[in-house]
Amino acid sequence: MTSPRPLPAALRRLPVPPLAPRLMGIALTALLRRIARRQPAILSRLGPHEAARFLIDVTDGPVLLLIEPRARRIAAHPRRREPAHDAAIRGRLAAFLAMLHGAEDGDALFFSGELQIGGDTSAVLALRNALDDAELDLAAELAAIAGRPFDRWLRRGADLLARRSGYVLSRQETSP
Amino acid sequence: MMELVCPAGTPAALRAAVDAGAHTVYCGFANETNARNFPGLNFSAQELAEGVAYAAARGARVLVAINTFPRAGDQAIWHRAVAEARAAGAHAVILADLGLIAHAAEAHPDLRLHLSVQAAANPDAINFYAETFGIRRVVLPRVLTVEEITAINREIDVETEVFVFGGLCVMAEGRCSLSSYATGLSPNMNGVCSPASHVVYGEVGGQNEARLGGFLIHRRPKGAPAPYPTLCKGCFTAPATATGAAQTGHLFEDPVSLDATELIPRLRRAGVTALKIEGRQRSRAYVAQVVRAFRAAVEAVEAGAPLPSGLLAKLTEGQAATTGAYAKTWR
Repeated sequence: MTSPRPLPAALRRLPVPPLAPRLMGIALTALLRRIARRQPAILSRLGPHEAARFLIDVTDGPVLLLIEPRARRIAAHPRRREPAHDAAIRGRLAAFLAMLHGAEDGDALFFSGELQIGGDTSAVLALRNALDDAELDLAAELAAIAGRPFDRWLRRGADLLARRSGYVLSRQETSP
Repeated sequence: MMELVCPAGTPAALRAAVDAGAHTVYCGFANETNARNFPGLNFSAQELAEGVAYAAARGARVLVAINTFPRAGDQAIWHRAVAEARAAGAHAVILADLGLIAHAAEAHPDLRLHLSVQAAANPDAINFYAETFGIRRVVLPRVLTVEEITAINREIDVETEVFVFGGLCVMAEGRCSLSSYATGLSPNMNGVCSPASHVVYGEVGGQNEARLGGFLIHRRPKGAPAPYPTLCKGCFTAPATATGAAQTGHLFEDPVSLDATELIPRLRRAGVTALKIEGRQRSRAYVAQVVRAFRAAVEAVEAGAPLPSGLLAKLTEGQAATTGAYAKTWR
């Protein structure tokens, strides 16, 4: 693993303010819609699994995320109320970020037990393969949404945070 | 230098393989014409053409695996795949089915043909394919020793390609019915071994378990390393018999991956032309790391330098590697 450190345990136990999941959902949905517009191949790779509901359980995070690709929607839910879903991926934030940014192989994370999957295995595979092909860069996407002059500050902040924390916050180049 | 033949399940993985030093990349179309017909994976005709162009601009070549067996009366999908591979500028197509090979040789006489490992061909059959259809290369199964490969190379007059890293198929490839027995779907006809649609993970008594088509394949402590659930690498209990006590274990094969890095010099001496890395279902991160490591290895062999080793254990299934049948004592 690139970063074996989990998020601070206190974060998981923090009471989530009532409006926080809704605001997080709105922000993540905007991010998803931007990515879907720019990279429609993600959705075509999902094929019939575009209609699936994916539960993303960042086990060291404060909320559960439900991704609904067909509705172009991401919702955040309090941990105590797990939403209905078709497929689930569970693991620490570091593992999700490393897989999303091409720093770690999804199968290797799964074989090692760092990521666990449940529900519709086909849907999980389709999502993983679609995201891997998309070569996403979350820091770049967020910087683009932020616009000038915040984009440069955001990129610099993300680089600094990545160096200090070990979390993979942007796409890893595969070239030597 | 020995040719490095590298996997790509997506256009991103193809670019990663080329950038990491692949001489050749193999891939397939997003349908049942290839033996890695997994959700979210593979190429459209346009993506293939773009991939071929990307590779060609960097001095690399693309092979297209069309290595399942067409259903009688429904060959059009397979014929179209061969035509699209040729139109995209693929260096060669990798085929397994006798009828499809005959079609490709007749309809596209200038197209280079490779014989897939799925054809499970012995030397006599390889010579037949070469003489009758002009097959130029054969991919050998992962159940041969280096000595057997040496002997085969003496008996045939086509190039040989052998697997050196990745998933270890221990059965007669193209003939294995285990997946079909458990799920009704097989790599041979549907392009899927142990299809994800029939895999169910669950938690029972504080342990993680994996089932394929309802069959329990393994049960392990939470967080422990676990392979993808295939019947051939499952953990089973064989009941006691008159000749022995009950046994629980990996009765067919341990869930380990092939890593034949240390055998590259011997494979070169055995007359092998190309080294194949398995893993079209793996990510671009896997492809980049494995290809980079093997490119360094074949360059070291070419230069007579010591082989780098031990770099890839983390990427292997079950987190453990073997030299497979190349240097193996069978159970």
